[in-house]
Amino acid sequence: MKIDVGYVAELARLELTEEEKAVFQPQLENIVKYVEKISEVDVTGVEPMMHGRTLVNAFREDVVRESLPTEVALANAPKRVGDEFLLPKIVEGAES
Amino acid sequence: MELFELGIKQAQEGLAKGEFSSVELTQAIIDRYHAKNGEIGAYLTFDEEDALRLAKEADEVRGSAAGETHRGTGVPIAIKDLINVKGQPCTCASKILKGYVSPYDATVVKNLKANGFIPAGRVNMDEFAMGSSTENSALGVTRNPYDLTRVPGGSSGGSAAAVGGNLCIAALGTDTGGSIRQPASFCNCVGVKPSYGRVSRYGVTAFASSLDQVGPMTKSVEDAAILLKALAGHDEMDGTTPHDPVPDYVKALEGASLKGVKLGLAKEYLETAGMDPEVRRITDEAIKVCEAAGAELVEVSLPHTEYAMAVYYVIAPAEASANLSRFDGVRYGHRSELAKDVYSLYTKSRAEGFGPEVKRRIIMGTYVLSSGYYDAYYGKAQKVRTLIKRDFDQAFAKVDALLTPCAPTPAFKFGANQDPLTMYLNDLYTIPSALAGVCASSVPAGFTKDTNLPVGVQFICGGFKEEKLLKISKAFEEVRA
Repeated sequence: MKIDVGYVAELARLELTEEEKAVFQPQLENIVKYVEKISEVDVTGVEPMMHGRTLVNAFREDVVRESLPTEVALANAPKRVGDEFLLPKIVEGAES
Repeated sequence: MELFELGIKQAQEGLAKGEFSSVELTQAIIDRYHAKNGEIGAYLTFDEEDALRLAKEADEVRGSAAGETHRGTGVPIAIKDLINVKGQPCTCASKILKGYVSPYDATVVKNLKANGFIPAGRVNMDEFAMGSSTENSALGVTRNPYDLTRVPGGSSGGSAAAVGGNLCIAALGTDTGGSIRQPASFCNCVGVKPSYGRVSRYGVTAFASSLDQVGPMTKSVEDAAILLKALAGHDEMDGTTPHDPVPDYVKALEGASLKGVKLGLAKEYLETAGMDPEVRRITDEAIKVCEAAGAELVEVSLPHTEYAMAVYYVIAPAEASANLSRFDGVRYGHRSELAKDVYSLYTKSRAEGFGPEVKRRIIMGTYVLSSGYYDAYYGKAQKVRTLIKRDFDQAFAKVDALLTPCAPTPAFKFGANQDPLTMYLNDLYTIPSALAGVCASSVPAGFTKDTNLPVGVQFICGGFKEEKLLKISKAFEEVRA
């Protein structure tokens, strides 16, 4: 077993049911096995291609411009208080 | 001819001549949507009021403006449900974005509006564009208009079904590994995947950022040229779009001919196992038709083609796992009711919101990027990608375009590809050009004998050679007709 689906899912912050783990484990083992085909290729001295074309830095003027109004930015929030996104408490013992 | 059967060019001409108004045209699409969408399921939602409001505006502008620029305004375009249109839903066919309302227009939508098009209706897709059949949509089933027992292809299956079933005038799709071209082939439409960087992705939900492109899905090559001309160009909100001027793609079609065009035929595409015999026959016929029309056939080899699928299924999931980390239940999208702390807020919201294929790809992507594996998978895949790109560079030094099949099979039945890896093989012919960042089209080429299903062929040209690509596609469309 090259890939431990349960462990990797934790890294990806994805809770899996036991049924999902049982289904995904062999499927992903298969996919991993398939992609390992790339190990055959000799890439000595080959530069990695990171994008669909050769890119140069694309700068734009560093000026203040209009951004989304607070109300619009918060409109899709699952939970909010006033002008803030509401989250469960993050630090143990702190007031939420 | 019914109004809903029109393509962009015909619709623009009708509008310019005053044969009908944009409101009438848009209403015809809405009526067709009511009549047919229950059966085909191309659209997820259709904001009729908004479309008609924009149509009315277009009619008013056309009436008042003397300039040529406004003559053809008011053509409705169906939008794949991962492209943001202000005030409309943008679900990416995922439960995690149910109820989301776009706060702004994507640049392609701004460009459409600026060119007199109306975003009208949101079409279905595989969840987050991951899939080749639209079966991965969490929000609805889309059927192939040519055979309702079959899939429309994917991931832009809703776009293809809407175009192929005359539920729209034209549609926008996106292509990461073949998501415009394969469904276009399945539903008898023209699909163009522009070169990487040709069209802005700002406001288009990211799947694999080094590959994603927006492109037209239309009823003719000329329509694709009209739409691409509107979409393409530099956008300061997308750093991958260069300042290169956008050629007049429509003008480029004038006198389109295959005479003297060097068409590359690659054994890595044409001699693959698993190609449906009818796809083979139709592709062979397409080659003969091109030769008869004066094209010069040149044998070429792209030796790293066999590694493209493997490279893609490292790179695309890796980038997807990073892109989809933004869905955390905090600022937008689904939040689990069961979350007790921040960790479970993430893990449970994502577990409840994402479908199985998205979860698989997130896990695959996280794995290939994880400590100890990065060099062997992602780093290595990027290097092999360079070799794939070089294959194309070398081929295009000899030929104008490659002619290949578009998909290994015609549209298949629902549930036919249960195994993920088998489903992935659908993109065998479209993935290499996506990795190379070059442009490619799918053009209708014929119908299978017994099942009467549409099959397209693919033309591939070099990066930013869309004029050439469209010209060759147009010439093929003409000689095949």
